[in-house]
Amino acid sequence: MTVEVVLALALGTFGIRFAGPLLRERLHLSERVRTLMGMAATALLLALVAVNALVPHGGFGGWALAAGVTVGGVAAWRKLPFVVTVLLAAGVTAGFRLLGVA
Amino acid sequence: MVTGASFGAIAVSSGTPVWLVCAMSVLVFAGGSQFMVVGIVAGGGSPLAAVLAGLVLNARHLPFGLAIGDLLGTRLATRVLGSHLMVDESVAFALAQREPARARAAFWTCGAALFLTWNAGCLAGALVGQAIGDPGRFGIDAAFPAAMLALVLPALREPTTLRVAMAGAAIAVATSPFLPPGVPILLALGGLVLAGRVPAAVAR
Repeated sequence: MTVEVVLALALGTFGIRFAGPLLRERLHLSERVRTLMGMAATALLLALVAVNALVPHGGFGGWALAAGVTVGGVAAWRKLPFVVTVLLAAGVTAGFRLLGVA
Repeated sequence: MVTGASFGAIAVSSGTPVWLVCAMSVLVFAGGSQFMVVGIVAGGGSPLAAVLAGLVLNARHLPFGLAIGDLLGTRLATRVLGSHLMVDESVAFALAQREPARARAAFWTCGAALFLTWNAGCLAGALVGQAIGDPGRFGIDAAFPAAMLALVLPALREPTTLRVAMAGAAIAVATSPFLPPGVPILLALGGLVLAGRVPAAVAR
């Protein structure tokens, strides 16, 4: 992570946010475009989850990692608190590694 | 607060200094894109791909501003400040109110409270993450995708979104062994071809 990356993301994000109040008289987004924007965000986030859980460095990341993220996912799906989800995922992965599972 | 703390801890564990992690949270103030950029850069991806993915993710803030822009007043200062506080939660709270005065109060209260807790949590998490040291210990590499999954899960309850996102994730995983890190994440946008003719009712 570099300062340049942070500044580029910060300026770009602020530009997107500030454009809304400025353009609201002139710009009308259809319902379809709004829906697609939401779907694009969800698709990017789930892809990031899948890549980091399964193929973190371009190759299979190991069963311990996949199992930990799966347990965390089930916990989140069962609506357990966020902190429990994160700690369960980390704990299961660390536990499997302690047992010698790669 | 907890999400901010886990972001702080995870970002520090990927080798980012504490001050830069905190500066990022204050200046960007959009959790999903912060996770996204840190995740791609930590995975060895190009900064360009990382920023691009983060900005596509934040494109959904444009309709936020169109929807609640009138609540920010006409003064430049309040428009600038209010724009920065536009996040999913503050916008949702504002839209839930019928009277403009209450909507305005809800937006500013929620936005300010989130800004404070997000950044306080991030600082706390970053300090804890720094104390832990070696990121390989304690399965922190599993904590990152699990945290993201918990954030994205509510949106996946909508069937079309689920189909699009699953297809996108499959594309990203399948192409990861062959492409530079970060690029496969952007290719996940290809899942949008499955969106079909989206009925208005499924809009988030």
